[in-house]
Amino acid sequence: MHLLAPASADMAALVSAAQAGEHSAFEELVRRTSTDTFTLARRLVTDEDDARDVVQEAYLRAYRSMGSFRGDAQFTTWLYRITANCASTHLGRRRRHRHENLDDEIDVADPKPEHDPALATDGSLLREQLEVAIAELPPRLRAVVVLRDIYDLNHAEIANHLGISESAAKVRLHRARRRLRVQVFPLAGESPCLDPEEHADAV
Amino acid sequence: MLSERIRDRSGATNASCESVADLLPGVIDGTSKLDRSDRRHVERCLRCQAELATYRKLLRAMQSLRTSHASRPTTLVTDVLAHLEAAGERSAVRAALTGRKVAYLGGIAAAATAAGAGAAIVLVTRGRKGRLPLAG
Repeated sequence: MHLLAPASADMAALVSAAQAGEHSAFEELVRRTSTDTFTLARRLVTDEDDARDVVQEAYLRAYRSMGSFRGDAQFTTWLYRITANCASTHLGRRRRHRHENLDDEIDVADPKPEHDPALATDGSLLREQLEVAIAELPPRLRAVVVLRDIYDLNHAEIANHLGISESAAKVRLHRARRRLRVQVFPLAGESPCLDPEEHADAV
Repeated sequence: MLSERIRDRSGATNASCESVADLLPGVIDGTSKLDRSDRRHVERCLRCQAELATYRKLLRAMQSLRTSHASRPTTLVTDVLAHLEAAGERSAVRAALTGRKVAYLGGIAAAATAAGAGAAIVLVTRGRKGRLPLAG
């Protein structure tokens, strides 16, 4: 299959052409999906440079595995799974190489006035506040809640990607949601400060 | 701390609040289920109802992030394509080297076979030459 104008082709045609070995079709798939892929990578690893590495690795794996894509799920969903895998590998590698730098796992309570939920009536402010809270989660909790609640992957897929049991994935999801809720929508008497016991559990 | 927070709640619902609190994050999407007594508690406990409502709000907010994007670095696509190309070149070089290695090994094997066959012919020929005068 040869595409004369990859830029105007639909996703299915691009995927078929890329599977047939047409490089320009895969390039167009990269152009169309890179923002979403980068956003997911950024949410999972938080650091921009790390996210770039994850994205590059994800597209390389996708390119090499195009033949195995059967079209059971959407191409973007398949790409999210690969990206989640790459991010998980990346974080694991980084954890092994880290010595004293534990910054990303130390949540410092910072009840900023601009994070007052009363001010968060504007959707964009709420989203911004939520992105900050997600970034402050420990990586193990963050991956689960991002993949489940934003990208709608099921528990089995998440457990498989992260190399944990399904019940462990559910426990992490509950902890992540609780921390996000307390951070973003604290009830009367709740402080968005980190609960030291939960922190110990999560790390 | 979660348990302390729960202890702060009004006396009559303490125990049930505690048992329900851990389940509420999963109730919103069916990840966890409330049994009949937990459900009855939530129906009567304003605090737990409020907490459940905030989890629902949280889930909606999380789902809304699906359409919001991080600003992509301007060179990202170029970098990805360059990375693919470099990896393609590396694998082409590897394939070429592997191909050459196969050719070398094949050549050595063929030469060894030919040398062995030659040596065998020479030995056989010498043997026959040696036997001929005796036969005559």
